[in-house]
Amino acid sequence: MDFGRVISEATPLLLQGFRYTVIVSLIGIAIGIVIGLFVCLMNMSKSRILRFIAGIYIWIIRGTPMLVQSYVIFFGIPQLIQTFIPEFRLDAFTAGIITLSLNAGAYLSEIFRSGIQAVPKGQTEASRSLGLSQTQTMIKVVLPQAFKITIPSLVNQFIISVKDTSILSAIGLAELTNMTKQYVGKSFQFFASYVYLAAFYLVFVSLLMLLSKYIEKRLKYERKSNS
Amino acid sequence: MKEKVIVKDLHKYFGKLEVLTGIDTVIYEGEVVCVIGPSGSGKSTFLRCLNKLEDVTSGTVIVDDYDITDKKVDINKVRENIGMVFQQFNLFPNMTVKKNIMMAPVTLKKMTKEEASDKADELLKRVGLFEKAESYPGELSGGQQQRVAIARALAMNPDIMLFDEPTSALDPEMVGEVLEVMKDLAKQGMTMIVVTHEMGFAREVSDRVLFMDGGVICEEGTPEQVFLNPQQERTQDFLRKVL
Repeated sequence: MDFGRVISEATPLLLQGFRYTVIVSLIGIAIGIVIGLFVCLMNMSKSRILRFIAGIYIWIIRGTPMLVQSYVIFFGIPQLIQTFIPEFRLDAFTAGIITLSLNAGAYLSEIFRSGIQAVPKGQTEASRSLGLSQTQTMIKVVLPQAFKITIPSLVNQFIISVKDTSILSAIGLAELTNMTKQYVGKSFQFFASYVYLAAFYLVFVSLLMLLSKYIEKRLKYERKSNS
Repeated sequence: MKEKVIVKDLHKYFGKLEVLTGIDTVIYEGEVVCVIGPSGSGKSTFLRCLNKLEDVTSGTVIVDDYDITDKKVDINKVRENIGMVFQQFNLFPNMTVKKNIMMAPVTLKKMTKEEASDKADELLKRVGLFEKAESYPGELSGGQQQRVAIARALAMNPDIMLFDEPTSALDPEMVGEVLEVMKDLAKQGMTMIVVTHEMGFAREVSDRVLFMDGGVICEEGTPEQVFLNPQQERTQDFLRKVL
C-alpha cells in the first residue's frame, strides 16, 4: 500500500479518464435537459398520444438499471441495426452519451414538471390577463420561476449523472473508473487506487455542490438578503 | 353612452355545479359598477368570465364589440384592452416593480423599452410608488403590491378594468391606500367592474351596484337604491348582515 507511488503513477491516467467523465457528463446532461424539456412538455400537453409516449419512456428508463440500458444501447441495438446495415458501428463514447442523456432526460422531465406545477396559478392568470399568449406566458413568466424552484433538484440530478458515468466503464468507455481499473490491473494497488478514485469523484461533486449554493444565492429575488 | 360589456344569458358550470345560472347585464363606457353579494354567489366567476379566465359554458359575452365566446376571436387581443387586478396581487416575484409594469407592453410590442420605461415611471408616480421602482415585490407591503398591480394593468392602456376583491387580502390599515388609487381611476372616467366587500367604497364611488346571489343578479340599481331601499328580501338580508 503505497499512496505516494499510486498518486504519482496513476494521476496522469486518472486525469485522462477524468476528462472523459467531464465531457460525457456535460454533453449527456446538456442533451438530457433538451430531452427532459421536450418530454415534460409532451407530458403536460393536451394530446393523449404525446402523454402516452412520454409516460412509456419515463416508465422504461426509471424501471430499468442504467447498467442494463447501457448494455442494450451498446451491445444490443447495434446488432439489431447490423442485420439491416452490416457496416453500422457504435463506439463506447457515443453509446455512453446516449445512455446518460436518455437516463438524465427521464428524471429531468419529472423535475421540470414539478417545477412548472409549483409556480402558482395566479402567475399564469396575471400574465394571460395582460394579453400574453400561452407560449409567451410560459417563456416570460412560468419557466424563469420554475427554473429557480428546480435548481436544487437540477444540481442533484447533475451530480447523480456525473457519478453514473462510472457505470459506463462497463461498456469500455475510457472514463475515470475504467482508467483506474486498468491501473489496478497492472499495479495491484487496490486500496490506494480505489480510495484515490473515490477522492477524485468526491472533490468534483463537492465543487458542483458549492457552485449550486452560489447560484441559488445569486438568484434570490430580494436584494436585501434577510436570511 | 357606448356599451362596453354586454352579457346575455351567461351560464357557467364547474363540473355538475352550476355557478352562474343566467346573467344578463350591460355595462356602459365610463361606468363604475360594483358587484356585491355573499361568498359563493358567483361574483368572482362572473368577473373572470368577462376576460375569459373562465370559459363560459353557454351564453354570450361581448366586450368592446368582440364576442369573446366566439372561438374565432383572438382573446389575447381583447385582453390587452381589459386590465385585471387580483385579490392575491399576483405580481411576478422574479422581476422588479418596474419590470413587472414594463413586461407586457414590451413583450407584446405595444411600446419600445424606452416608452414602457417612461410609462412605468408615470404610473408609479400616479400610485405613489416611484421610489420603489427597483424593489422586488417581496420587499413591499400588501397595499404597495396591490398598487403596483394596478399600475401593471394600466400599462397596457386598457379601457376596462376588472377588480377581483382587490382589498380582501390586505391588512385593514392598507385598504385605504388601494381604494384611493381606485377612486382616482374612477374619477378619470375608467370603465370599472369591481367585485368587493367594501360597502363604503361601493356606496361612495360606484354608479351602479349589482347584488348577486345564487349565480344570478338579484338586484341592481344606483347605490342609493340598493343600499337605502333594497327591494329584494335576499338583498335586505345580506345588507343587514354586512352593514
